[in-house]
Amino acid sequence: MSTQEQFFCIEQFYKSITQGKLLAGKCLKCGKIHLPPRPLCDNCYSNQFEWTPIPNKGVLLTYTVIHIAPTQFQNLTPYIIGIIELENGLKIPGTIQGVAQEQLKIGMILQVDFNTCNTATQQQQLPLQPQTWPQWPKYCLKP
Amino acid sequence: MNGKPLVSIVSAGMSKFQKHEGLLAREIFTLAVQETFTRCPKLEPKRDVKSMFIGHMGEGYEHQGHMGAIIADWTGLLGIPATRCEAACGSSGAALRTGIYAILSGLADVVMVGGVEKMTHRTTAEVTEYLAMASDYPFEQYHGITFPGLFALMATRHMHDYGTKEEHFAMAAVKNHYHASLNPKAHMQKEITLETVMQSRYVAWPLKLYDCSIVTDGASCIILTKPELAAKYTDNPVHIVGSGQASDSIGLYERKSFTSLTSTKTAAKTAYEMAQLSPKDINLAEVHDCFTSAELMAYEDLGFCKPGESGKLLENNQTTLGGCIPVNTSGGLKAKGHPVGATGTAQAYEMYLQLSGQAERRQVKNAKIGLTHNVGGSGATAAIHIYRSAQ
Repeated sequence: MSTQEQFFCIEQFYKSITQGKLLAGKCLKCGKIHLPPRPLCDNCYSNQFEWTPIPNKGVLLTYTVIHIAPTQFQNLTPYIIGIIELENGLKIPGTIQGVAQEQLKIGMILQVDFNTCNTATQQQQLPLQPQTWPQWPKYCLKP
Repeated sequence: MNGKPLVSIVSAGMSKFQKHEGLLAREIFTLAVQETFTRCPKLEPKRDVKSMFIGHMGEGYEHQGHMGAIIADWTGLLGIPATRCEAACGSSGAALRTGIYAILSGLADVVMVGGVEKMTHRTTAEVTEYLAMASDYPFEQYHGITFPGLFALMATRHMHDYGTKEEHFAMAAVKNHYHASLNPKAHMQKEITLETVMQSRYVAWPLKLYDCSIVTDGASCIILTKPELAAKYTDNPVHIVGSGQASDSIGLYERKSFTSLTSTKTAAKTAYEMAQLSPKDINLAEVHDCFTSAELMAYEDLGFCKPGESGKLLENNQTTLGGCIPVNTSGGLKAKGHPVGATGTAQAYEMYLQLSGQAERRQVKNAKIGLTHNVGGSGATAAIHIYRSAQ
């Protein structure tokens, strides 16, 4: 925990996304950087962290194209998913937008985009089951 | 002989894997338990069975949790401690491991382990959503990553690193459908061709419909006892001589490698060491082919071949019945079917039949040592067991 009893947690990670920042938690005792942040360091069990900004550019490690999707994503198929590696070996998965499947290549540079994503939950709210949790913004991966 | 028995399997049963129209999970389980009890007339269930562990993955399918007590009731064993084990698709592999703990603790001499899932009454979208719950919610499900999607992410990287082709994945499907055609309890009863697999539509590129295991309904059940008590119940037991289970990060993205499951490698090492056996000692295996690509990775992680060489094993039919190490003689998750909670003990059921010489048309000749490999989620759990024939 830091001042103001703010936990280093996934909710806070998504709050930083809202502010257009990619933040990880850095353990003040052993220095391990956690993405997503977590309240207890799995390496040294310290609960003392500081926020550290992570550059949002990374290398594409692998990808797939989803053709069969769960209900809330059905109107987006086919859509592309990838995992990118940022600095320090930190990795993050997400939808890849703005690249055709034929142009995808392992090793290409993509960046985490916070603003212009085309996402299912923003498009398709199921009328009988309004989404009350979680209220997290969506990010995506773009060239 | 290597491999001191930890526990002995004295009976086993399995429902047919199929769409069980109109039956709930608890009712499907009675089909497995009936075979189990019939097969072992010397077992008096109400007197002998002291504890049970039941693999069941999802409350979503039937709006039903608390499956341990329910199964105790529907098997006529109300009163004994009955606990549901949940490790996604590895639930009953974990139940089996837990049953071994129970026997070795000395608290129970005879334990029932099993698993069940009822899935076919739900739409494809619903099943896709429920299965995805085995993966990370905040970073995977939340961004539309499906279960086939996770295994596709691994398959893509395997193709990139090792030159594996979609045809290699398809070969595993063709093989497992062939094996299933010899197993009357398998969901799929017909052989398929490579073209059928290759021409099927994509679910999550590069994985196609015929690369995916079959959504089905089913239950499986095993009776474990102390090795020294096995003769009291049967003259044809199968011993479990190695057990390993391991965990890994829930998020695939957090792992060092996407072409290998660390949980499988760790659990395999534990099980091989416990059994004092190595991969070359294994005569046959049931591996977790939730997707065909997962079967290829399993060959490599279990040490049946070097990393990247799994495609060659399939090209040379080495894992087909009659090959040097037949894999998934039951038809596997791919073609026997994958009622997720039932899969781990269904693998143990196949191994029990094979190593006690009861596998009929798909019997592996001279099978003495077998291995089962059950995975939960995209590899956050792996449970591996090694079995030895008593003969």
